[in-house]
Amino acid sequence: MDFLNDPLKVTAEWLEGIFGAWGMNAAFAHVLVVFLGVLLLLVLLMVVDIFLVWMERKVVSRFQDRIGPNRVGPYGLIQPFADIIKLVIKEDITPNGADRALYNLAPILSMMAVLMVWAVVPIAPVILGTDLNVGVLFLIAAGAIGTLSIIMAGWGSNNKFALIGGFRQVAVMVAFEVPMLTMLLIPTIFAGSMNMNAMIQAQDKIWYFVISPLGALIFLIAVIAELGRAPFDLAEGESELVAGFNTEYSGMKFGMFYAGELLHAMTFGGIWAILFFGGYRFFGLEQVSPFLAAAIFLAKALIGYWIIMWVKYTMVRIRIDQMLAFNWIFLTPLSFVLLMVTALMNALLRGTPSWVYGIGMFFSNVILAWLALEIARSVSRKEREKIEGAKPLAEAHH
Amino acid sequence: MNEWLYVALFMIVGAIIPIGAILAGAILSPKKPNPIKQSTYECGIEPVGDAWVQFKVQYYIFALVFLVFDVEAVFLFPWAVKLGQLGLYAVVEGIIFISILVVGLLYAWRKGMLEWS
Repeated sequence: MDFLNDPLKVTAEWLEGIFGAWGMNAAFAHVLVVFLGVLLLLVLLMVVDIFLVWMERKVVSRFQDRIGPNRVGPYGLIQPFADIIKLVIKEDITPNGADRALYNLAPILSMMAVLMVWAVVPIAPVILGTDLNVGVLFLIAAGAIGTLSIIMAGWGSNNKFALIGGFRQVAVMVAFEVPMLTMLLIPTIFAGSMNMNAMIQAQDKIWYFVISPLGALIFLIAVIAELGRAPFDLAEGESELVAGFNTEYSGMKFGMFYAGELLHAMTFGGIWAILFFGGYRFFGLEQVSPFLAAAIFLAKALIGYWIIMWVKYTMVRIRIDQMLAFNWIFLTPLSFVLLMVTALMNALLRGTPSWVYGIGMFFSNVILAWLALEIARSVSRKEREKIEGAKPLAEAHH
Repeated sequence: MNEWLYVALFMIVGAIIPIGAILAGAILSPKKPNPIKQSTYECGIEPVGDAWVQFKVQYYIFALVFLVFDVEAVFLFPWAVKLGQLGLYAVVEGIIFISILVVGLLYAWRKGMLEWS
């Protein structure tokens, strides 16, 4: 086994050999090597995160017909470093009457929640933190810490805007957690495992996006809501709540929230790719080299991230009552029905050839989506007529 | 090695990085507090009263509805993992279980708990 085929293991064994030669306890040397590996991965992620700031600003400016950062360095690439220097030397103001423990802990937890997720994200077949057999469940647990950090920030700041923003964000997060959980069950059913790596391995014939397009779509919507991005960015509705839960934060503490949000978005782009688009798989290319597999995964994660940005900069913000109604009355029942249909179709079509299985799954999804939209349309038409009174169609276009 | 050790290390390193960044900020940044700077922001007006005000009870109700579904996930994940080996009987049973939850959601809806008013 050489370095190019399994870089992590070869490096780890080499380092353990060195530490062993220094007379270090074998178990301790192992823990130390793993610690160094985790440190390397997370520091790399932070570097990626710095460039995400640049990317997000570039993309948003293109969406808004601007150029974006272009002065500091080529294409403005050094801009995020200038931002970091500025954030580091900004005075850190703690507001009067803030709950200091919660106020200071919140940005740390916000970042930690994202970085923790990477413990179960398989970047390449042999480059992964740990092959946790409850990977999907861990994902949800780590996500809950992010929710917690927002409640803490909102509550600890002693600011009414922050408090309202925090409450709204929590309402959004707990609401959309339900369809997200349900959609996580669908790849679990297909793969027969909660292990993320096993899910990717099980997508060798067909991506789960093909057999569950509606599931992938609902998962994306739930993820955008979990991230608190437009159209669900009620927590920081800057036109009404100043900056929402992070109103009172300044300097590096604000930077942690900001960096955490961007990394969160990219992480969930990656998780979306893992669950529904085969993760590091790309028509056998992942077999060539783990580095190539990692590049494929990163590309897919960035495409997912780009779609999340695309939605963010295209949609307008919706009101909290609309958002909660959308989730509890439309998305949650739909995701439960989809789960039942998927489970049933999966059991009925199990023995059939894979093309029958694929087509059956795909069309059951499409029909369900169409039915749901039809029901939603007729219900909303009735609601509208109740308010406005029935109108002839020709007049409705005023 | 126990794989949860990896998770623990990810937690520890994941906490060290933001703590380090914030500490760097704390060391490098100027510290000149004054009462006006430290007052909480309320659009330039002096803050009125305490920030920990009474808030809408609806948030609690939505959280309660969520709690039902969150607990259910613990039961559904093992069901989903073993679904391939259990056959139609287990599928139907799972569907009945989910239907009970949906009936609960419908009840909450009919009671007007899901309305934001």
